[in-house]
Amino acid sequence: MTEIARTALTRASPAQETASRARALAAFKLGDSTFYWMTRLAALAVLGVLGGIILTLVIGAWPALQAFGADFLWTQRWAPQLQPDPVLGALGPIYGTLLTSFIAMTIAAPVGVGVAIFLTELCPESLRRPVGMAIELLAGIPSIIYGMWGFFVLAPFLTDHFQPAMIRLFDGVPVLGALFAGPPSYLSLFNASLVLAIMVLPFITAIARDVFATVPPMLKESAYGMGCTTWEVVRNVVIPYTRVGLIGGLMLGLGRALGETMAVTFIIGNSFKITGSLFAPGTTISAAIASEFAESDGVHQSALILLGLLLFVLTFFVLAAARLMLRRIERRQGG
Amino acid sequence: MTDVLMQAPAMERPQASAAAPLAASAKIDVRNLDFFYGDARALKSIDLALEANRVTAFIGPSGCGKSTLLRVLNRMYDLYPGQRATGEVLLDGENILAPGVDVNLLRARVGMVFQKPTPFPMTIYENIAFGVRLYEKLPKAQMDARVEEALKGAALWGEVKDKLGASGLSLSGGQQQRLCIARTIAIRPEVILFDEPCSALDPISTAKIEELIDGLKARYTIAIVTHNMQQAARVSDKTAFMYLGELVEFDSTTKMFTSPAQQRTQDYITGRFG
Repeated sequence: MTEIARTALTRASPAQETASRARALAAFKLGDSTFYWMTRLAALAVLGVLGGIILTLVIGAWPALQAFGADFLWTQRWAPQLQPDPVLGALGPIYGTLLTSFIAMTIAAPVGVGVAIFLTELCPESLRRPVGMAIELLAGIPSIIYGMWGFFVLAPFLTDHFQPAMIRLFDGVPVLGALFAGPPSYLSLFNASLVLAIMVLPFITAIARDVFATVPPMLKESAYGMGCTTWEVVRNVVIPYTRVGLIGGLMLGLGRALGETMAVTFIIGNSFKITGSLFAPGTTISAAIASEFAESDGVHQSALILLGLLLFVLTFFVLAAARLMLRRIERRQGG
Repeated sequence: MTDVLMQAPAMERPQASAAAPLAASAKIDVRNLDFFYGDARALKSIDLALEANRVTAFIGPSGCGKSTLLRVLNRMYDLYPGQRATGEVLLDGENILAPGVDVNLLRARVGMVFQKPTPFPMTIYENIAFGVRLYEKLPKAQMDARVEEALKGAALWGEVKDKLGASGLSLSGGQQQRLCIARTIAIRPEVILFDEPCSALDPISTAKIEELIDGLKARYTIAIVTHNMQQAARVSDKTAFMYLGELVEFDSTTKMFTSPAQQRTQDYITGRFG
């Protein structure tokens, strides 16, 4: 009561008040438009950078595009040492990139989402924070360390124990026999895929855990209230409710798997030959660029840039496919 | 104002509820129930019986334990570590708090409708078929019939029969809440718990839900928590007034709203506190 009285006393006359308010509003208007232009500029800068990168890639790749044309896509041979006309084809790196990413995601997606489900739905409170923090730490380890660990620890183990067992197991089986053909190798597509899986796993888990936490408790309770088990609640309510975010997380993981360079370069073997076996050395687009770019020139360098452009296009198509899939799921479920 | 409030139930439903309760049998019998959130005692020695085919309303200020009591009846509190109940809750004579009771089956018998509509992220049809499938394997035609029956039971069929394939989330709030009721009755429970079912709804949707509850009691035993005195007076046969975890008074709704035995009940109902 007294406070109201006091403010009334200190107030200026109505006319003065409107004038000062108008001045304040004018100042705000200037601030508003400045703010508008600053944010707009920032948004446009993103488009500018994207366009610039594409343009640079195309210009850099132009000589190779002219020399090889579309053949570049399905030529397996990579012979930059042939002079004056090197033969260069991207099939090996494309195959390696898609294969390693596919295997990595096949392993990391179910495990990563599973860990997230455990953390949000099943885990005792006391374990939740330590495990969650461990996952975040795992996501923060530099990739070169994964590469070294893969080379010195994981690869020897796989090569000495896992690979021989698989080769023996599938020996003579029609398709799988070729897929798991020997000899075991430290540097192989399979070992690289496994390191990739371990690298993308924390990303998938961290995002899945965050989106699972957004499910309203009441929604989960109403599913439990109908007598659902935890598995049924997760399958029918939590995952459908969070599918957009979940697929976003998977795509982020896939994006990392497609583009990961250092760790893969360490243990994939950098061989452009496609043998069909998972245990043979191979290469990926980014590994090929990383290992050859420094001592390349002329058409060879241009071909490497063209590889980069291909990776760019590949990533774009993968993301577009994911969007399309999401939309189709939504339509089927009545969204 | 208070006069109108106190007389409303008597005018709307003369005699019917006053005579009936004597004949009804106890579906749920709560005996000496205590409930703890960690160390905090949220319910103190509750004794009361929910009669079959009657609507029992729980009223009281926020935090008095009425929602907690409801969540004991289907053991929803089980989901959260640190919450526990002692005493007995007999459903048809069987103690549901006993260890070894299958909570999933219990929740099929004791359904629940929540404060806010919570349709599952699926089509309208699936929202209902989903729960049925947990317990029964029905051929398509029978499932269709069951979905239709449930939607009709929730007075929603006419509004959604042409768009069963649309998402449950595309409905309005009131329709969503009736969808939640439909999916609850689709699994044929014996008891339905309503936890402030109209708190997020407009008056017209509220009226529809209340009408629905009145119709549902022919087949189910119903418990409803509400902050709305008029609603308690309109829909319930018996009313329980709770305060600070205790059951203050429990009697027929007519008696509670016209001549309560306790002064505190009268004060709360007439809006003098709480």
